[in-house]
Amino acid sequence: MVDVPFGHVGTAPESDVGDVELYHPHSWVTKYVFSQDAKIIAIQYSITALAVGLIALILSWLMRLQLGFPGVFSFIDANAYYQLITMHGMMMVVYVLTALFLGGFGNYLIPLMIGARDMVFPYVNMLSFWTYLLAVLILVASFFAPGGPSGAGWTLYPPQAILSGTPGGQDWGIILMLVSLMVFIIGFTMGGLNYVVTVLQARARGMTLMRMPLTVWGIFTASFMALLAFPALFVGAVMMLFDRALGTSFFMPSIVEMGQVLERSGGSPLLFQHLFWFFGHPEVYIVALPAFGIVSDLISTHARRNIFGYRMMVWALLAIGALSFVVWAHHMYVSGMNPYFGFFFATTTLIIAIPTAIKVYNWILTLWRGDIHLNVPMLFALAFIVTFVNGGLTGLFLGNVVVDVPLSDTMFVVAHFHMVMGVAPILVIFGAIYHWYPKMTGRMLNDALGKLHFWVTFLGSYAIFFPMHYLGLMGVPRRYHEIGDMAFVPASAHTLNAFISVVALIVGAAQLIFVFNLVWSLRSGRPAGGNPWRATTLEWQTPETPPPHGNWGKQMPVVYRWAYDYSVPGAAEDFLPQNQPSAHPAPGTSHG
Amino acid sequence: MAEQAFSPIETTPADPSGLRSVAADFSSDRTAFRNVSWGKAMMWIFLLSDTFVFSSFLIAYMTARMSTTVPWPNASEVFALTIGGVTLPLILIAIMTFVLISSSGTMAMAVNFAYRRDRRKTAALMLLTALLGATFVGMQAFEWTKLIHEGVRPWGNPWGAAQFGSTFFMITGFHGTHVTFGVIFLLIVARKVWRGDFDQERRGFFTSRKGSYEAVEIMGLYWHFVDLVWVFIFAFFYLW
Repeated sequence: MVDVPFGHVGTAPESDVGDVELYHPHSWVTKYVFSQDAKIIAIQYSITALAVGLIALILSWLMRLQLGFPGVFSFIDANAYYQLITMHGMMMVVYVLTALFLGGFGNYLIPLMIGARDMVFPYVNMLSFWTYLLAVLILVASFFAPGGPSGAGWTLYPPQAILSGTPGGQDWGIILMLVSLMVFIIGFTMGGLNYVVTVLQARARGMTLMRMPLTVWGIFTASFMALLAFPALFVGAVMMLFDRALGTSFFMPSIVEMGQVLERSGGSPLLFQHLFWFFGHPEVYIVALPAFGIVSDLISTHARRNIFGYRMMVWALLAIGALSFVVWAHHMYVSGMNPYFGFFFATTTLIIAIPTAIKVYNWILTLWRGDIHLNVPMLFALAFIVTFVNGGLTGLFLGNVVVDVPLSDTMFVVAHFHMVMGVAPILVIFGAIYHWYPKMTGRMLNDALGKLHFWVTFLGSYAIFFPMHYLGLMGVPRRYHEIGDMAFVPASAHTLNAFISVVALIVGAAQLIFVFNLVWSLRSGRPAGGNPWRATTLEWQTPETPPPHGNWGKQMPVVYRWAYDYSVPGAAEDFLPQNQPSAHPAPGTSHG
Repeated sequence: MAEQAFSPIETTPADPSGLRSVAADFSSDRTAFRNVSWGKAMMWIFLLSDTFVFSSFLIAYMTARMSTTVPWPNASEVFALTIGGVTLPLILIAIMTFVLISSSGTMAMAVNFAYRRDRRKTAALMLLTALLGATFVGMQAFEWTKLIHEGVRPWGNPWGAAQFGSTFFMITGFHGTHVTFGVIFLLIVARKVWRGDFDQERRGFFTSRKGSYEAVEIMGLYWHFVDLVWVFIFAFFYLW
């Protein structure tokens, strides 16, 4: 008998549905520029997002220069510092992480992993990318606008976001920011609908929901959440745009600015915070769930073990997704709210620890007695688990109202969210790129450069963000462009800040190794073959590598098993691809 | 001996009922919703997303209304019309609501005739729906004009809380935009029906995909949704 869990093997019913029609491009432009092929769109999304990521990385360098060596760089004044913070945060969270996981990996992996020829509406999918690009251009344009980009902080809290004391508040900055967000949301909606419907309605024969790889589950859940969470941000952006451009008072209370009473009254700044965080907290998991899914597949593949507790992993993903919609106000403990609300939101926040812990334990149990190959994708996956546990544990501090109040607005919070939703998802993105690059290009990324990149990035990011916890516990505030001579901040804190800045410069520069590797391996990498990692999922079983338009050639794949048949006793190789009907070469040769 | 022992995926009875059928659909391969086309599934999920947009608008409006310190203008008086010396509260809104709900009726009839592949009646009813929709938008424009003449602005009004005008223009404007887009797409689909695109399986201009009469039903989903949203706006904004 083949040692697989019950219910994961079965025959597939005969096809009674015709093959889908594909759009056939007629020219180079429709093939590679205005492409309707999800794989090309994925690469367009990824390259754009990585480019935005590099810009945001440089912005963080400038911030660190100011924090580490205050006063040395005179061009970074308080205004410039706030602009750097705002653009760095918004770019990284929305335009890099969301776009890369859903637009990039979602587009590439969903059709391939579920055995579809393409997304269900390729034309809408193409519009999604170009709308995203437009949003990026509008955002980047604010660097060159009069007054520069918005300096409202990445959360754009009113009333300060649209007042003249804030950079970009009464100039173009905030307008371009809000318009860019609205355009992004429209673009994402077109893509997100595609991802969700493709997963629900366009799977291969035999591909049941409970046979899908966890990567698809993660991206699917995150896309669905994004479709429900982004509307709140959209509405918040519309209302703030009206406040700024039309003089409405949605978010503006009676207010005195520079000694002048403004003609505003009756608005509620808290309303914006609720709208923003109703989007903002699910957004954390919109970034985290695809990472969870991808990491599950990386670990299973590179430890040659079936994923432990597949069903639990799926239900945990869904539970996290659902719970993340009822925790948003834990970002607002210090904004002022009824203590009973604080109690409610603290409780729901801590309940999320349960499904999250289930996932972490299952990853560790998957590794348990596995045949662990410490190649580059696996290193990044393992680093993710460690980092996520680290960042998650500080989340327990901040989720409790009484602990959060003194820690809020200190560097502790910066350390927490950079660990949990900065470093951790980025590690997964790197791991995933090292893992799937061979499928995208047909060539392996250079291993030695990859390991160098990994160790510098992994150790470096700990050297950056671990000391920040300590700074935060000392009370060093965040959002200050210069700490100055505060009595409670010892001189050693300044030394530590300088240390963090130096490491940040090194880690940032190390990303050039990665960029070089991407470009160099395109021509000079080792040829990968169709399935270099001996993985089970469908994307590795395509007849050609990289897969052509339509993915599968003439014969659509048929799925007979789940995605995690690794180290199968009695099998010809140590794994069984999802589209392999029988574990044995011929009937009657099986051994127990 | 191994695999033959396993049963096929579809082990459930041929015609399961109730929750069992839902479970059977979700545990099947290929599709989670049986006999639901891609386009229809996409429209439903889009409408779910759009529901969150309008819910956010309405909740924001309620918050603004509850947190403002000055009195909220009386909707019955603000939206009254004096016709022939008689002041009728909410009369225009009542007519607008009637027109929009009627358009849902004509839309439903259009869907019916579309599935009978009755080209002319489908197109005619869709045009009628579009006409009713355009009438609605026209009356809304009249209402906006009247209020603007009376001094209502996004940033203030003569009767009370400034947020009254802000939320009014924002929410009815957003809904009116939805209706306008609906009218435009009704005209496009009606033209396709009239020309016989769906009978000849003519390919779309942008997507180069074959169309089908299901497009009428998908259009109808959107149109009914826009109507439903109006019912909530009517209840929460005009009747409250």
